[in-house]
Amino acid sequence: MSETLPVSAIKNGTVIDHIAPGQALRIIHLLGLQNSTNKVTIGLHLPSKSMGSKDLIKIESRILSDAEANEIVVFSPAATINVIRDFEVQEKVRTRLPSSMKRVFLCPNSACITHSESVASYFYIAEDRKQIKLTCHYCEKSFDRDQVRVSI
Amino acid sequence: MAVNSLYKKSIVSAKDLSLEEWRLIVSTAQRFKAGKPTLSLKDKVIAHCFFESSTRTRLSFEAATLRLGGKVIGFTNSDDLSTQKGETLYDTMRVIAGYSDLIVIRHPLEGAAALSKEAASCPVINAGDGANQHPTQALLDLFAIQECQKDINGLSIALVGDLKYGRTIHSFTELCSLFDVRLYLVSPETLALPESVCDIMKKRGIRFSFHQSLEDVIPKVDVLYMTRIQQERFSRSEYQLVRDQFILTPGVLLKAKPHLKILHPLPRVNEISKEVDETPYAYYFEQAANAVPVRQALLSLILNENLGI
Ligand SMILES: [Zn+2]
Repeated sequence: MSETLPVSAIKNGTVIDHIAPGQALRIIHLLGLQNSTNKVTIGLHLPSKSMGSKDLIKIESRILSDAEANEIVVFSPAATINVIRDFEVQEKVRTRLPSSMKRVFLCPNSACITHSESVASYFYIAEDRKQIKLTCHYCEKSFDRDQVRVSI
Repeated sequence: MAVNSLYKKSIVSAKDLSLEEWRLIVSTAQRFKAGKPTLSLKDKVIAHCFFESSTRTRLSFEAATLRLGGKVIGFTNSDDLSTQKGETLYDTMRVIAGYSDLIVIRHPLEGAAALSKEAASCPVINAGDGANQHPTQALLDLFAIQECQKDINGLSIALVGDLKYGRTIHSFTELCSLFDVRLYLVSPETLALPESVCDIMKKRGIRFSFHQSLEDVIPKVDVLYMTRIQQERFSRSEYQLVRDQFILTPGVLLKAKPHLKILHPLPRVNEISKEVDETPYAYYFEQAANAVPVRQALLSLILNENLGI
């Protein structure tokens, strides 16, 4: 089966599939994969039967924590996360939208106090009409998920 | 004895307040207005930290503190403050909390009061943080409505002017969710209430509609809440146009309900003409006079666990 995939299979680690197209790079930053030594394969805009187009990330030798898996849902509610052992799917990770996230995002409001103080950002997360909305704990402004940058 | 859930509580946002707390503030403020003996701030030190100037808010908090026998420390602008030397707001607030029983903060940045609450070991009252919130102004506005209309439930209220940048309006709409009210939002298109504030109102079941002319809504409402439209947000010709649409004159009020009352957080520039002052609808000076008793109520409830009444 691995030969038919557009990217190589991994032996042990995690496959994040069915990522909404365009979100893979943000998830890379979220997980800090750009700075890690794990081998990572990224697929962008791959054909998908169910989604038309999707992104995909394969991470060698890393199992995500529950909190990390839940944070991925914020970027891509339909993403599936599978733990791979010996080329086989060992476990499908169950995820749920976290109610808040610290440090990950930068508040887009330039008048927000978080830009002038060394304070960790803090966003409340909610789903509203199929859209993920983030609300800053400090300035109380709400944003669509894609308006909010990930701090690196 | 009634439980005082405001004791040691910080007031950062209008959404921090419950209906029970609102009722407690109203009954306490009414006692202060009536000159009845009530709670004091004897031996308490209140820090007034005004990182930007706001004469009215500062003086009314000072008057409220002094009338209750409390002492005031603080500053009125940040020019000579150590934050200018690079100290963070967090550190400043943590240090000042060590000197005082309660901090009142006014700051140009949004979220400054929420951050101060985290830093300070004492309660914090937000006296305005950028364009975000000004909950005590909203409290005294709603208190004024309560006083002139006797019951807030069932009222139709028009909010007029700059609904986009007006922090008082944001706090006001959040407080409105404690009541059954109908809002008419009257503003130039460019100064409409932000979508995020509308979303909150929808979620809380507040009915509202958008309007671009004062005359349409005047016959329908019980309260007209006017705010200032700042000239600097418009080009000269745009401002002329907008100004004429949102200026209140006795002529505009011809179709008003007899019990209509007009509110304005003051200072006004020209959005309410002087002749309106003489009509029975004008209530903005009475509203302003509530600033001290409402702030007295808030300060004394936060610093006295036992209501003693
Ligand atoms: Zn913010």
